[in-house]
Amino acid sequence: MLKYLPDILSGVVVTIELAVLVVVTGIAAGLVLALLRSLGIRPLNWLIIGVVDLFRSLPPLVVIVLIYFGLPSVDLSPSGFVSTWLSLALVLMAFSEEIFWAGITSVAKGQWEAARSTGLSFGQTLMHVVLPQAFRLTIPPLTNRTIAITKGTALGTVVAVTEILGQASSAMSNSYNPSPLMLGAAAYIVLFFPVVVAARWVETKFAWKR
Amino acid sequence: MIQSFFNPEIIAASWPIVLAGLWNTVLLSLLVVPLGLLGGLILALLASVRNPMVRWTLMAWVDFFRAFPPLVLLILLFAGLPFAGLELGGFVCVAIAFFLNTGAYYGEILRAGIDSVPAGQIEAARSTGLSRLQAMAYVVLPQAVRNVLPDLLSNTLEVVKLTALGSVVAVPELLYQARQAQSLTYNATPIVVAATLYFLMLWPVVRLLSRLENRALAGR
Repeated sequence: MLKYLPDILSGVVVTIELAVLVVVTGIAAGLVLALLRSLGIRPLNWLIIGVVDLFRSLPPLVVIVLIYFGLPSVDLSPSGFVSTWLSLALVLMAFSEEIFWAGITSVAKGQWEAARSTGLSFGQTLMHVVLPQAFRLTIPPLTNRTIAITKGTALGTVVAVTEILGQASSAMSNSYNPSPLMLGAAAYIVLFFPVVVAARWVETKFAWKR
Repeated sequence: MIQSFFNPEIIAASWPIVLAGLWNTVLLSLLVVPLGLLGGLILALLASVRNPMVRWTLMAWVDFFRAFPPLVLLILLFAGLPFAGLELGGFVCVAIAFFLNTGAYYGEILRAGIDSVPAGQIEAARSTGLSRLQAMAYVVLPQAVRNVLPDLLSNTLEVVKLTALGSVVAVPELLYQARQAQSLTYNATPIVVAATLYFLMLWPVVRLLSRLENRALAGR
């Protein structure tokens, strides 16, 4: 079992890299889409809603397979790592856009009008009045969704990404022993359990007092 | 582009294979959604027991499955258990993994629903002579489910999407069948067809959810 510890650890590093990339790019892209949507340009909004609905309805694994096995036909050959990153980031983008948008629309219209009437510009209103209120509402669903999608990095093993599950599976077939798999499973728990507990804490901290 | 993604001949040739997969995905969903709900209901009912030990154990259980990727659970059952002399088919492994994983999520949602029903409801039900179980089944649960209906629906959508994981353990659902067709034809069209079928099947649910969520937020 100890023989395969370095393999699993290198898998942990790849999983963390992938997870950080997915979270940062996915949430940033979702926020950008939600802000664009708040401009209220009709055709643009239809486009955003279409993209968001698409990636909310498709299983992440289907998106990964589509990008990894489909794009080479148009002479683009993304690696398994890039395919997984891109797919999960798109899925997280879709979910976070929806959550941010719900947050923005939940801020009462009077807040906008009041802020604008004090002479703040559209951008200033958004930054200083609307978003701070919207964020509070979006934190619990966003952390939940982010954890669920970040766990999806394990899907990368289907397209040969050497993350934890991939490393554990190949170590298992090399050694004819399930110990590396148990080690990999333990690595996921060590990695994600603190995140889940932290998310629980954040959820209670940001919850609206009823 | 059309040749590699929307090739009509390949659509026609792979259609029966992909369609069989769609049918299996529907059947699989009809099996794993009730299984997950059942698991969730058990957890939620256990959580309503006012015993700190039980509550803590349940919270750890739920957090464990929130932290554990479902694919890892599935592989553990499918590839790990045979070493312990227990060889289960891909289908059975999917069923068990979903019972555990989605059960934890459903359980968390149902628990929140039960908590949202005021205690006065239980007291009133009990005072009319209903037993604890009857009060739970006829008074608390119907209100609890209604309060968390959007969350239940949203989780169900995720569960149906998760059935695509079955392809990793050779369950012949939509994605698996599409990948078979793809490797037979050396063409990505079957996967595009499968993705389109997933979208057509689940888009109405996404639209509905989007409306429900916006309404819920606007109602605050």
